[in-house]
Amino acid sequence: MRAPADFERSDDNGEAVLRFSGNLSLACLGDLPARLETVEGGVARLDLREVGRMDTVGAWVVHRFARERGATIEGLNADEQHLLDQVIAAEHPIQLPPPPPGSFTRALDEIGKAVINSGKTLYGLLGFMGATVLALWHVIRHPSRFRFNATVQRFEVVGVGALAIIGLMSFLIGIVIAQQGSVQLRQFGAEIYTINLLGRLTLRELGILMTAIMIAGRSGSAFAAQIGTMKLTEEIDAMRTIGVSPMEALVLPRVFAVVFMLPLLGFYSSLVSILGGGLLCWVDLGITPVTFIHRIREVVPLTDLWVGLVKAPVFGAIIAMAGCFHGMQVEGDAEQVGQRTTTAVVQAIFLVIVLDAFFAVFFTNVGWT
Amino acid sequence: MTDAARNDRDILIRVRGLCNGFGEQMVHEGLDLDVRRGEILGVVGGSGTGKSVLMRSIIGLQSPLDGTVEVFGENTIGREETDAIDIRKRWGILFQGGALFSTLTVSENVQVPLREYYPGLDQALLEEIAAYKVVMTGLPPEAAPKYPAELSGGMKKRAGLARALALDPELLFLDEPTAGLDPIGAAAFDELTASLQKTLGLTVFLITHDLDTLYAICDRVAVLADKRVIAVGTIPELLALDHPWIQEYFNGPRGRAAVAGPNRHVHEDKRG
Repeated sequence: MRAPADFERSDDNGEAVLRFSGNLSLACLGDLPARLETVEGGVARLDLREVGRMDTVGAWVVHRFARERGATIEGLNADEQHLLDQVIAAEHPIQLPPPPPGSFTRALDEIGKAVINSGKTLYGLLGFMGATVLALWHVIRHPSRFRFNATVQRFEVVGVGALAIIGLMSFLIGIVIAQQGSVQLRQFGAEIYTINLLGRLTLRELGILMTAIMIAGRSGSAFAAQIGTMKLTEEIDAMRTIGVSPMEALVLPRVFAVVFMLPLLGFYSSLVSILGGGLLCWVDLGITPVTFIHRIREVVPLTDLWVGLVKAPVFGAIIAMAGCFHGMQVEGDAEQVGQRTTTAVVQAIFLVIVLDAFFAVFFTNVGWT
Repeated sequence: MTDAARNDRDILIRVRGLCNGFGEQMVHEGLDLDVRRGEILGVVGGSGTGKSVLMRSIIGLQSPLDGTVEVFGENTIGREETDAIDIRKRWGILFQGGALFSTLTVSENVQVPLREYYPGLDQALLEEIAAYKVVMTGLPPEAAPKYPAELSGGMKKRAGLARALALDPELLFLDEPTAGLDPIGAAAFDELTASLQKTLGLTVFLITHDLDTLYAICDRVAVLADKRVIAVGTIPELLALDHPWIQEYFNGPRGRAAVAGPNRHVHEDKRG
């Protein structure tokens, strides 16, 4: 059954003849194509009388060799001839892909493409923000079109679903800040300032920032992947034809959900961080909870809370819109969904941090130090 | 050789007592089916009778609750992807939507099984094999360097078929190959299947809703209903049965149209 393909050369009346034997099939071909290349000189005839099973690959290899050497093929039965004819009929010149350009040109090419892409994405994101605001305006004018159920459902997915992981993360971060702070401050005998560090840092910056990063990774990516997949399966087109605006049905509920949930989650995160830090202060520095709470109320001004809470909805809007925007940009294939999801998360986190820097300068200048 | 042994060799797929179900709902209960070497077996049944589930069970993608499935005399149930290589080399599968790898071109898609099983083949030969396979399935040569996203639905099916045929398999599974094609394209696909079957000596397991396909190219038809195969046979044999679904199916308005239709001559050509 499994006789490997082979051939042997003989001379018949001064003409070179290759006699093939074995099975000319893909599984039995072995190194036959390579060995055929090494046959020297002209070959007049290819004798396939002894061949067992032949498939299209075998037929192709024989045909290619016969064409190159101008040989004739003989000894085929009707079925094999039919097979060979089919293969010959399907023959056409192939174009091999062009060789890749040199590494320097390619580097320039890629940098250029990346710059153009970033520009386009930024422009697109701006446009998308505009479209979201327009959709919001439509909904304000026709409140009945607001998708209350979808929005509440998103609240649950984005907000309630994230409580556990954000709580755990914040608790640990609180412990780390307090621990590292106390180690440094102890050198000056100023361990008590650990509480200032902890309270102000978490409420002003870290609580919101870490929550934003977590939500970008958790919900921003989910938005991009969901909407991207819906785009691929033509669900978005179906919505449009039924007269449902995807901006109103998909984007607005998600944007609302993150805009409302991020301040709450950020505040929750700050509180849990303070709790974690307070625990460390109690265990490590011997500051009792009562003293700790007293001290926190003294040293953390209310403006710190406002600084955090003002930033949160802005971050939320950026995260949700980056996720939805990149989801809507998906076209073509499954790989795009992955790429767009990654871009959505990276861009959201990057923009959040850039904006955070602006906010820091702004709040300092308005005197909320 | 005894009769039984010869029969065994002539049966490529043997399904016995197959039971499949999802949760409470049973799809198959005690399903038996034989597919003989060299035939085109059409599998028909109403929506939701588990035609695709049957195919997935045979090719080992779905673990049934009970029963045995043998392909080429070997069990396929519960085998790992990297296991049962000898069977996998000998079959080709066309999924409903083509299931092309979206990040590879058509030509690269066809080369995937070749590279996987025969890493020794050189690049030029791979390209040539992919090129003639693509043309053989009726695609224009320009389609080879394109990505699946750039192809129409019918072209994706043909590209999927080219990949299914990459290894010159003995057994071909087609899941609704003509669904979503225009009638001319569907007829061409039927002729292509029949011609490839003749050229390569294929055995074809063909799931279809298309009555024209059944009349045009199928040697036998298996009817799925009541959670099992209720009948297998040529269309005249099935018509002689007194099952309401079969009568409704073949004698409904579409069934009668298919008998009278232009594809009839293909059927007769093949017989003659």
